Amino acid sequence: MSSWLDYTINGLIVGNVYALVAVGLALIFGVSRLINFAQGSIYLVGAYVGWVAVVQLRTPLIITIILVATVAALVGLIIERFGLRPLQNSVRIAPLLATIGISFVLDQIVMLTFSPNPRALPSQLPDIRFQIGTGTIGPLDLLIAGVGITSALLLFVFLRYTKLGWAVRATAQDRDAAMQMGVDVNRVNQAVFGIAAALGGLSGMLVGMYYNQIDTAMSLQATLKGVVAEVVGGAGNVPGAVVGSMLLGLVESYGVAVFGTSYRNLFAFLLLILVLVLRPNGLFASARQAPPEPLTGTFIAPSRPVRVPHWALLTAVGAFALLPLLPVSSYVLQTLINAWLLGMLALSLTLVAGTVGQVSLGHAALLAIGAYTSALLSLRLSFPVGIAIICGGLMSAALGTLLISPSFRLRGHYVSIATLAIGEIVSLVILNWEPVTNGPIGLSGIPPLSLFGYELVSAASVYWFSFAVMVLLALLQARLLGSHLGRSFRAIRDDDVAARAYGLSLNRYKALAFIFGGFAAGVSGGIAAHLYSYINHETFNTQQSILALTVVILGGLGNVAGAILGSVALVGLPEAFRIAAEYRILIYGIVLLLLVRFRPQGLLGTI
Amino acid sequence: MAGIAPLLSLRGLTRRFGGLTAVDHIDLDLGQDELVSIIGPNGAGKTTLFNLVTGLDRPDAGEVRLDGKDITGFSAERLAGHGVARTFQLGRVFGNLSVMDNVLIGAHARLRAVKPAIPLIGPLLELGLALLRPTSVKAEEEQLREEVRAILKRFGDRLLPRIDQPAYSLSYANRRRVEIARALALKPRLLLLDEPTAGMNPTETAEMQALISELKAEGLTILLIEHKLDIVMRLSDRVMVMDEGKKIAEGAGEEVRDDPKVIEAYLGHGLSQGAADERESAA
Repeated sequence: MSSWLDYTINGLIVGNVYALVAVGLALIFGVSRLINFAQGSIYLVGAYVGWVAVVQLRTPLIITIILVATVAALVGLIIERFGLRPLQNSVRIAPLLATIGISFVLDQIVMLTFSPNPRALPSQLPDIRFQIGTGTIGPLDLLIAGVGITSALLLFVFLRYTKLGWAVRATAQDRDAAMQMGVDVNRVNQAVFGIAAALGGLSGMLVGMYYNQIDTAMSLQATLKGVVAEVVGGAGNVPGAVVGSMLLGLVESYGVAVFGTSYRNLFAFLLLILVLVLRPNGLFASARQAPPEPLTGTFIAPSRPVRVPHWALLTAVGAFALLPLLPVSSYVLQTLINAWLLGMLALSLTLVAGTVGQVSLGHAALLAIGAYTSALLSLRLSFPVGIAIICGGLMSAALGTLLISPSFRLRGHYVSIATLAIGEIVSLVILNWEPVTNGPIGLSGIPPLSLFGYELVSAASVYWFSFAVMVLLALLQARLLGSHLGRSFRAIRDDDVAARAYGLSLNRYKALAFIFGGFAAGVSGGIAAHLYSYINHETFNTQQSILALTVVILGGLGNVAGAILGSVALVGLPEAFRIAAEYRILIYGIVLLLLVRFRPQGLLGTI
Repeated sequence: MAGIAPLLSLRGLTRRFGGLTAVDHIDLDLGQDELVSIIGPNGAGKTTLFNLVTGLDRPDAGEVRLDGKDITGFSAERLAGHGVARTFQLGRVFGNLSVMDNVLIGAHARLRAVKPAIPLIGPLLELGLALLRPTSVKAEEEQLREEVRAILKRFGDRLLPRIDQPAYSLSYANRRRVEIARALALKPRLLLLDEPTAGMNPTETAEMQALISELKAEGLTILLIEHKLDIVMRLSDRVMVMDEGKKIAEGAGEEVRDDPKVIEAYLGHGLSQGAADERESAA
């Protein structure tokens, strides 16, 4: 049995690794007020470059370290130059979406190059342990600590004693003033992204060596952990990020000691939610400091929505309703059923992210809640399927809103972090709550779709059912947008301070949007569960959240018709061009990036 | 105001940011129908004072009373329900909303039919009523739209022809007008105007001054932050001068203008526009 000292050492070592990611995030946030969601992807790149160096090139350790840091820094520079610099003068949502898109593109490139199977990453160090009191420490622990401390020292010297370092600090304090004093902000950004990426890449390599395993799922976890550590320490606060990382490492290590490994991530995310709610500016900021985001400035791009005439909408609805009567293959119908299910999710997300401006990255969790509720009610309590699906929608509305409610007081990027974490928490709870959810085995034998006792067997009947539900939800949402709630939601999105000054309670209206949106997503998940007949904790994953977000941006934020058009396009076009499944996520990521850069208002425009 | 309780009363109002005391023990009474101006160099704490009165920030010490009722630390959304409306220094219209919708938001705190005041289920009923829209809700909405058109008429042909245009497409001066229209839609008991003529040319400034004087004549109680001293002198019943968070003078316009402390505060600090202003609003 390991001693407490062992858990402490383990916690500090893991904390050291998190610190390498978190310090980079803090530097970037400091100079550009941006949470870099691609940081985990650079970490992933670092791990795989490390693998190539160690396993294929058989480089000595010091060369491996230099190689990893160099390649990672290059990736960071490319991201800054081509991904973010063109967006410098755009609205605040643009760089947020860009880093999300970049992260997906990088992850997919790594996955396509190296396959998603885990690989071993040997540390090239002798496997000995030194006894210290009741605990032990190995050479790898010392290496990690050494890299951590060396990086910290180098960074300190850089920030303190070099001209570029001063420029970085000046920019972090007041970007406009720094620019007026002749600081080249582009060079500062470059330096910061390069350093952050080098540190992130090293961190990925060290983690790979520590667990002697790397796989492509590391990326999202690393981003989340780094962000947790950074936010705990206070966004943009570099020493805070180090302390936050150590704290996170220790909390996780002790948590694992008490409750077991499968709960490791749960502690990280609970810590995040706790800090976001209680001290959104981090543990070391005074509680009433002004938030580190500007109070003015628009979050989304202004645009004039394209007015789709009523007859065109009616024709489109009529044509799709009549489609199964024509001699089309069931493959076409299956594809469109998927589009309608995604359409419901996109309606939900376009309301939450587009109309109210809460860019949710964990929207698939709402699908999961609806799906599990509906499946369990029909399996265990023999609810009729139609009723079970409605209950699934209601449960998603209620539970989803309750879970997200702590983040109602957050703005901008913080909402995205919180929703990402909440999505992870939901999936972890599903995985660990075995008596109810069957844990990793999942739920099988879910009764098929039926309506008033008639099973929907044929593809055409399922098609009509899902299409009708989606159209109904779309009509309801359009009606909602035309009411005083529609303008209230949009007012909160455009300027929450002015909205509050005119009596709009942010909690109340954000909750109403999540209730309405949660219902649509839950219904979509419920239908999916009965359609697939088998679901588990991975059926509804972050990829779906990102796909839905891409759909929403493609269609136009808040745009009901756009959400459906986007769904048909993103589900239908890859099928039409027979694009292999593994390339699709890559394409979604690229589409997202291109949209943010060239048509941020989407096809039909922001409403 | 002898004998009558003031509509707004500030006592020892204080707000500190770190080592800086942005608002330092401010006392002020504002009687019914009165127009009081707050002047002072940039960074004097005027906007912070507005934020404290309107609930966007909480004071570290002191109290705010509205009509005798202690409203210290009330949230902004709650104060809107008590009839406190304000405009913002840098202009905060809802960019993607039409002029009509912007001004309708001003009337939000007055919605009754669609927003039943029942705890817990009230919000759900609001959602249901918004979707079903019974006649009472439709009638309320239509009546408010009529009111908005009446308010926009006050601005001549500046806003009415643009009623369906999104606010981001408006000129700077028109955005300021939309802000004032939005504040009027609240039917405020107390109106706080933060530099309503900033960035306006002389014609536009004169129009705005005429409008404010009209509102005053209609019996609206107004607290005004303004840099253009001629407007301040013409409109104000009283003037309060702030410097470095403190009240350095208060009284009739001419008295205050000739006060050596006031002259020193202005000349000593200069009247540089810009950076200090922004710092003040960010705080």
